[in-house]
Amino acid sequence: MASNGTGTPVDGQNAIAARLAELPELSNEEVLRYSRHLIIPDVGLTGQRKLKAARVLLIGAGGLGSPLALYLAAAGVGTLGIVDFDTVDFTNLQRQVLHGTSDVGRRKLESARDRILDVNPHTKLELHETFITSANALELVRDYDVVVDGTDNFPTRYLVNDACVLSGKPNVYGSIFRFEGQASIFGTPDGPCYRCLFREPPPPGLVPSCAEGGVLGVLPGLVGVIQATETIKLLLGIGEPLIGRLLLVDALRMQFRTLKLRRDPTCPACGTRELKELIDYEEFCGVRQAAAEALAVGGSIPEITPRELAARLARGDDLDVIDVREPHEWEIARIAGARLIPLATLTEALPTLDSAREIVVHCKGGSRSAKAVQQLRDAGFRKVWNLAGGILRWSDEVDPSVPKY
Amino acid sequence: MSSNAIPSNVITPLVNGEARAVPAGSTVGDLLRSLALDPRMVVVEHNRTILRDRSAYDTITLSPADTIEIVHFVGGG
Repeated sequence: MASNGTGTPVDGQNAIAARLAELPELSNEEVLRYSRHLIIPDVGLTGQRKLKAARVLLIGAGGLGSPLALYLAAAGVGTLGIVDFDTVDFTNLQRQVLHGTSDVGRRKLESARDRILDVNPHTKLELHETFITSANALELVRDYDVVVDGTDNFPTRYLVNDACVLSGKPNVYGSIFRFEGQASIFGTPDGPCYRCLFREPPPPGLVPSCAEGGVLGVLPGLVGVIQATETIKLLLGIGEPLIGRLLLVDALRMQFRTLKLRRDPTCPACGTRELKELIDYEEFCGVRQAAAEALAVGGSIPEITPRELAARLARGDDLDVIDVREPHEWEIARIAGARLIPLATLTEALPTLDSAREIVVHCKGGSRSAKAVQQLRDAGFRKVWNLAGGILRWSDEVDPSVPKY
Repeated sequence: MSSNAIPSNVITPLVNGEARAVPAGSTVGDLLRSLALDPRMVVVEHNRTILRDRSAYDTITLSPADTIEIVHFVGGG
């Protein structure tokens, strides 16, 4: 039922229909629970049983995965597979409503299981505590009717897309950043795929992640619920699915626009189908090369640890401590005695720096300041150090009163 | 701005659904620069066709009735 092995798309509705025949009738408790569905003619008893027979795979139990899991379970989707390997931390709680404060430090899948089974104990959960990789992706998606992409990076998005195209599974796509979201359905028999829109990945490090650039907490709610809606419509076979359309969400202007997308006959995944197996997606997205280069550059950049810096400051050494973060980050937390010169303005600030003084540069985690040190060295400064681990490590090792963000 | 206020050396193609005034003769590359967008961070659709070759952005001149869609890479989840 899942894949016929040739890469030809298989209609997920057929697989659900086959399982439906063997499914027992809904219990009285289920009839009551799903009452508000059962009285919609487009859903009804038949539709509700289809949902119960359905198997949906959620990739990621984070921002998008949270509303997806809660609403799909509440709606009565019979089997939910969830792929995640992460642990709940405090920065997740502003948007990942699947997890609570008491879950911090737990595996996300554990806290997801507790929460989902409380929402709907009829949900059959299949928890895959693993990274999705080229080695396991086809196996992971094989037994599901619909795959939902709630991942947070480009290599995994291309991987999920290609695995869905190769397996003939619809891929309910959603992505978010700051106030902006996107949603579509890729990988259906006639529709376009992610690569029809985004043929080549962006250069590594150019497009900031939510961890780097932030995201409005409600945005994954907005976009995840759109993905959940599309998933349920696909399973029920009703309405006009978001196939061949890219929904663009602008929460600041509260505008929703749709852009028509067509399958690209030259698309290597779903057009020419020259892509016959999964590839190395880290390599494809340039992530590995970028990491190697950063390591090579980092190796040549002189560093000072937070403890060393604290000791020198305590001794009264004359150090110019420069913070190259953004002003809104400076407002959150700062190192006493440091001065703010955002990285983008460093070049114009060069004349204000004294190359005879020793300079220590810091940022949040150490990578922007490494770039700044390199810039300063290129400009002829010789006594420049990068604060290893940035203000986060400073908070851990020197001054816990400095908040981490 | 009312339409009769648009000088003749300015055209107003539809950019992401809204008319945007650009100097006549502007290319796709000029438009991205005026929006301060790095071409590597977006996909551009010109009159319903996705432009695959970013190096051609500076050779495609905009016409008054053109429709441009600029879609950002958004990866978060």
